[in-house]
Amino acid sequence: MSEVKYSKEHEWIKLDGDTAVIGITQHATEMLGDIVFVELPEIGSSVVKDGNAGVVESTKAASDIYTPVSGEIIENNQSIVDDPAKVNADPENEAWFFKLKITDKSEMDSLMNKDEYEKFSKESGS
Amino acid sequence: MENIKTALYNLHQKHGAKFVRFAGYQMPIQYSNGIIEEHKNTRENAGIFDVSHMGQLFIKGDDSLAKDLEKIFPAELSNAKLNQSKYSFLMNEEAGIYDDLIITKVEGGFNIVLNAACKNTDFKLLSKLLENKYEMILSEELSLIAIQGPKAVQILEKIINGVSDLKFMNGDTFKNLKENIYITRSGYTGEDGFEISIKNDAAVVFVQKLIDEGASLIGLGARDTLRLEAGLCLYGHDMDINKSPVEANLKWAISKNRILEGGFIGCEKIKSQIEKGVSKIRVGIKPEGRIIAREKTSIFSEGDKNIGEITSGTFGPSVQAPVAMGYVENSFSKIDTKVFLEVRGKKYPAIISNLPFYKKSYVKGASK
Repeated sequence: MSEVKYSKEHEWIKLDGDTAVIGITQHATEMLGDIVFVELPEIGSSVVKDGNAGVVESTKAASDIYTPVSGEIIENNQSIVDDPAKVNADPENEAWFFKLKITDKSEMDSLMNKDEYEKFSKESGS
Repeated sequence: MENIKTALYNLHQKHGAKFVRFAGYQMPIQYSNGIIEEHKNTRENAGIFDVSHMGQLFIKGDDSLAKDLEKIFPAELSNAKLNQSKYSFLMNEEAGIYDDLIITKVEGGFNIVLNAACKNTDFKLLSKLLENKYEMILSEELSLIAIQGPKAVQILEKIINGVSDLKFMNGDTFKNLKENIYITRSGYTGEDGFEISIKNDAAVVFVQKLIDEGASLIGLGARDTLRLEAGLCLYGHDMDINKSPVEANLKWAISKNRILEGGFIGCEKIKSQIEKGVSKIRVGIKPEGRIIAREKTSIFSEGDKNIGEITSGTFGPSVQAPVAMGYVENSFSKIDTKVFLEVRGKKYPAIISNLPFYKKSYVKGASK
């Protein structure tokens, strides 16, 4: 399994072969506050890098989820739809959002590694 | 634009507050525990709210003032008992609401608590309507602190002896250390509670005592989920200059005697709306499932007719479901009417629901 990469929209992505697991970062959940609603892309649908791939709502507001790479959705995590609070509890493990079959692995190159993301999220503030 | 800090600003900061700009003030939206924890703390224990941004207006005067205020407000003020509070409205001739407010008869005049965003325009309008006949003080020296929740009474009683004898929508003057403070039994959460008017320089010590006795600070985020579950309106959202108290489903707050005798601003419109009915009315709306319908969400009938709009909506942490309020055409306002809410281009089912979503636990002895 490759290293975890991060997008400027505060998603994390882990690639294993052709399969990418995608979720939102701890930093994102801290900015959003208590998450009370999650909408995920449908299995079988195609998503395009930086395109819309779901919605999370906190008690305060709704925010779009973007996919950091293009591909076809092969799995989505129903457990966070049923219990959105899981996203706050464990955003970077158990509360992954969806898995997709990646179209173009080179799209991973433009994403940040952990150190770069930490620097980015500190600078972008909350 | 100025960004005013309340006397409690540093205390908020110490408790991990995230701030938002609200009506020109830096106000805490939430603290480190988050909105849901704060909400539950208020429902199960006791929450402290800094509402010092709200306007605290004192108008000095005697019986003639009460009569003059009755020419403006649809409340019975001439026969108000000392320390009795009334919920009322400042309206235009068309009964559009400039502000909703609480008027309390106090020694030597009336106290009026105004919404933060409206207080300066209210002040100007009231001075004009009262023809500058009375001394009016919109205080900048007073903080306003609310303590709300089932344990509010026992916590406050430990600090201020005698508050547990207050009846709902009644106030009194109490001694805090050597200073006078004014406390009413009222609030905006659907819980029993109090609002305390206290000098700015005494506010921090006072709030710290409430915290030491077991109450916790609550931000504007949870204030919004609490009031929405309690079915209470937020000015600028659920009511404004284009809506009347009758349309806002608040005609209970307009005295029947005052409608009969008339003579307040907006009276004719209110009378005709009560007699002939209104075309749109505020209702509670419960989406099915978990979908959240926020302000400006369009409401459709089963026949796909656009029948109205959501004015506030969120997830209700105590109800454990999404809750909303909005205005619909009167013919679709019956409880249990099925409607559809358009969220992100899709229509989701919902039903017109009774308000409040969360049952109140106010103390007995409430007077109308």
